Amino acid sequence: MPATVIEELERAAVGTGGRGPARRDGGDGDDARRRAKPPTPRSAYFTGLVLGLAAIFMFFIALASAFVVRKGLGGDWRSFELPGLLWVNTVVLLASSLVVERARRLLRTQPAARFGAWWSTGSLLGIAFLVGQVAAWRQLAAQGIFLATNPASSFFYVFTAAHGVHVLGGLAALGYVAARGAAHQQSTGNLSADLTAGYWHFLGVLWVGLLLLLTFGR
Amino acid sequence: MQTKNRCAGSTTTAFILAFFLVVFTLVTVYLFVSKTWWFPETITPIGHEIDVQTQRTLWLTGIVFVLSQLGLAWVVWRYRNRGERARYSHGNNTLEVLWTLATALAFIGLGVLAQFTWAKIHLAEPEPDAVVIEVLGEQFAWNFRYPGPDGKFGRTRTELINSGAGNPFGIDRSDPAAADDIVVPILNVPVNRPIELRLRAKDVIHSFFVRELRLKQDAVPGLEIPLRFVAERTGDFELVCTELCGMGHQRMRAPFSVKTAAEYEQWLRDELALLQSNP
Amino acid sequence: MSTPSHVAAHVHAPPQGFLRKYIFSTDHKVIGIQYYLLALVAVFVGLVLSLLMRWKLAWPNDPVPWFGDGPMLPEQYLALVTMHGTIMVFFVLTTAPQSGFGNYFLPIQIGAADMAFPVINMLSFWTTFVSFLVMVAAFFVAGGAPISGWTGYAPLSAVGEIAGPGQGLGQTLWIVSIAIFCAASLMGALNFIATTIDLRARGLSLMRMPLTVWAWFITAILALLAFGVLLAAGLLLLLDRIAGTSFFVPGGLVFTDKPVPHQGGSPLLWQHLFWFFGHPEVYIAILPSMGMASHLLSTFSRKPIFGYRAMVYAMGAIGFLGFCVWGHHMFASGMSPYSAMAFSVLTMSIGVPSAIKTFNWIGTLWGGQIRFTTAMLFAIGFVSLFVTGGLSGLFLAQPPVDQPLHDTYFVVAHFHLIMGVAAIFGIFGATYYWFPKMFGRFLNEGLGKLHFWITFAGVYLIFVPMHLMGFFGQPRRYAEGTAVQFLSAMEGPQQFVTIAALVTGLAQLIFLFNFLWSLKWGRKAEAINPWRSTSLEWTIPSPPPHDNFGGRQPVVHHGPYEYSVPGEPEDFIPQDAPPRPAPATGD
Repeated sequence: MPATVIEELERAAVGTGGRGPARRDGGDGDDARRRAKPPTPRSAYFTGLVLGLAAIFMFFIALASAFVVRKGLGGDWRSFELPGLLWVNTVVLLASSLVVERARRLLRTQPAARFGAWWSTGSLLGIAFLVGQVAAWRQLAAQGIFLATNPASSFFYVFTAAHGVHVLGGLAALGYVAARGAAHQQSTGNLSADLTAGYWHFLGVLWVGLLLLLTFGR
Repeated sequence: MQTKNRCAGSTTTAFILAFFLVVFTLVTVYLFVSKTWWFPETITPIGHEIDVQTQRTLWLTGIVFVLSQLGLAWVVWRYRNRGERARYSHGNNTLEVLWTLATALAFIGLGVLAQFTWAKIHLAEPEPDAVVIEVLGEQFAWNFRYPGPDGKFGRTRTELINSGAGNPFGIDRSDPAAADDIVVPILNVPVNRPIELRLRAKDVIHSFFVRELRLKQDAVPGLEIPLRFVAERTGDFELVCTELCGMGHQRMRAPFSVKTAAEYEQWLRDELALLQSNP
Repeated sequence: MSTPSHVAAHVHAPPQGFLRKYIFSTDHKVIGIQYYLLALVAVFVGLVLSLLMRWKLAWPNDPVPWFGDGPMLPEQYLALVTMHGTIMVFFVLTTAPQSGFGNYFLPIQIGAADMAFPVINMLSFWTTFVSFLVMVAAFFVAGGAPISGWTGYAPLSAVGEIAGPGQGLGQTLWIVSIAIFCAASLMGALNFIATTIDLRARGLSLMRMPLTVWAWFITAILALLAFGVLLAAGLLLLLDRIAGTSFFVPGGLVFTDKPVPHQGGSPLLWQHLFWFFGHPEVYIAILPSMGMASHLLSTFSRKPIFGYRAMVYAMGAIGFLGFCVWGHHMFASGMSPYSAMAFSVLTMSIGVPSAIKTFNWIGTLWGGQIRFTTAMLFAIGFVSLFVTGGLSGLFLAQPPVDQPLHDTYFVVAHFHLIMGVAAIFGIFGATYYWFPKMFGRFLNEGLGKLHFWITFAGVYLIFVPMHLMGFFGQPRRYAEGTAVQFLSAMEGPQQFVTIAALVTGLAQLIFLFNFLWSLKWGRKAEAINPWRSTSLEWTIPSPPPHDNFGGRQPVVHHGPYEYSVPGEPEDFIPQDAPPRPAPATGD
């Protein structure tokens, strides 16, 4: 999904910036039947973001309710100690969110000095989070706790993997914004930076929620 | 669309459509009133209650059905295009409120009424002297276990399950309580005594359905689900599976008989003798 | 599944642009047509599957034409059951009315040039397309298509080949296809909602939106909230199958004499997750058709919708309650009897907004001047089918009454009429109505009426007897009734239903012929607004230009159903007509 968001951002970027006609249809602008379309308003992107987050939220709510029901069935549930590394990862992810937010706010001033540095730092922290998650998996694997070992471990791996996939998407978006640079953002009303930051904060909050569920629901 | 010159065609179509709706309504009502194909007579008190609630539902839905379809037929005929201008109206709030309240009262009232019958099926206190029988569904057969004279089911172990060798339950015959457990592929119950079936499944979900009992209950692997009833009439019936369980679903049936007390006891003795002569 | 070449003929596109403009197009109109054509292919696949099933049910021991030499095997029958249900529910009923017509007409009816996110829109279609290919591929793998039904109940669906043929790779492909479909539907839903919220023309307040737009909007909300849940459930099921987890598979299962290595999972958990999606899905299928039927009934009776606001609130109520009633599919499942009570009463209350809609439809016709176009006939047929199919729901919503009827032909008749046939009638009506706008030509009305009459009579001949067969106790998903003694009485009815189904099925070829023939040779739609409708799509050429309104930005001044306003020269006021000095508009 993030990849498509990026393509949408491209459209928006041209739209909010240039308002140029016939930008996508190439060549036949003189044909009245193929007049260019007006750009999508900025507000729609934020509506879209909220809707996308709602859909992702429902996905995780379904998993969480499966977690609660499955645990309630008792019998074979064996809780295990969560790797302490997860808490470190959590701090890293939340720090990443803060740094990205700081970078986003830098865009409000012209010129946005050090935007690239802050934004890239935030992205690197995001990568560090994923590396940390994989390390936590390896710790568990070393203890002989795998996906199919027990329902408790199954859910742990499902939650972390599903969240991780969404983080990967977020990293792609962060990378895209970093690559295009501050000038591009400011010429497009910071649209892709704002959307990416919103998505990224959501992933941070979602992770905290999942971790609390895994910790206390264990 | 071209308004005026289409009025004639409009009359024919309106007539055919209205006529169709009327005929369809009458035929459907006839089929349901004459109960062309219907359940056989029930053999349990709860079955009678279910039939009464079904009948109430038939009345309510029947009235709404006839009024709506005939109403539709009427407006189709009456308000066909006559080349005039339609009445300009955005509706009528009084009517709106009225039929909302009326349907709410009727539908929800009927729904609440149904819960009393439901409570009798599933929330009644278990009878202490009930005849308890275990029912086990497997691909693609029903198995029944009777506890024998000691009234106790013996221990079962998953690793002993062997349908080929006649032990689908995995009964551990070394358990004294298991020695007299009778396993048969037919379900016999005594008349006029509370019966408690305990439904289980060995592999996938199956569903217990006997038309004359009006009861249907899934047998779910990993769960033991009780199903209670009293049969008031003797006879031979059929138990079928009504949850898709695989390629043999449609042949997963078993005979179900309600016997007099004497017949039932005799049958149990015969089965026990058979078991002891051929352990 | 490529776009037919006649579409290209309308626009002088440079050949090198063909791929971008008609295959990987981001234009909502092209995507709408792509969805529609995908659904058209799918519906005929699904129809053929159902006719093969009907043949087997009527003559269980005879070879089925074009289906091998011997009689059809039970597992082949069940594979057809599964694929018929899945293809019809996902690739027809979810695809045609919402993604097809919604894509084409939602932006136009709200005065927009396109969807909010055209690239996501394109991706959504192609993801759906891939999902369809994966689903159909299940037919051609070892073991064949899955046999666990469109509901894919665990453990049958979760333990692999040991449960039966088709439960190996076929079932895995089924789950993968559904997961891809979920992703596609989520993208589509997001687009529909954002478009409706942010891209409406000036003056188009919520209470001026055509009921079609309301229906697509509410449907999209349902899809957005429901498909993520199905995706989660599918993921867990897939892990149970390929990674040895035990979400849905309990411990101690033995197939014949082979134990399977799982522990303590819950088959009911799958049912809860599936039906939490599955019940809203039923409304995803039917709501767009409610909207389209409302639109047609008002247009062709030349009357404003009776109780527009009540119609909107009723759809909202149906959508909301749709999330609170999933348990009514599980009255016989072993779920707590107390939850069954709550689910039951909530389900009965869905009858209220449904009844409101029915009465309002009849109220709309009341006092009208009905034009019996083919589109209108299908809309009236929709109302009749909605009543018939809806009322049988009142039986199934009451747990005790549901007991004997559950999983019998009564259920089959109920859901086919309400979510299958009624929804299809909405689609047919909309097709006859919008075809001239989409393709610049009319469908043939004579063939259309022939198609309507055979289909309308046919579906009742098929499904009314099936209610009674349900009351007789005929279980569904039986490949044949030969093993069960009491089912021998069902031989005649089965044959009757099959003959009715064959005739009705063949009659659909009339539609297919009409569709293909009219694309090229149909009467030209010269007038912009041949039906004299009020909504915005009838203010622009047929087919519409690339940006829909040709650079104009429509401003809406009127409600969606201003027909037969007194004192007006015409019997309709387009939504974007200039405001009247003394406004006679209601809503």
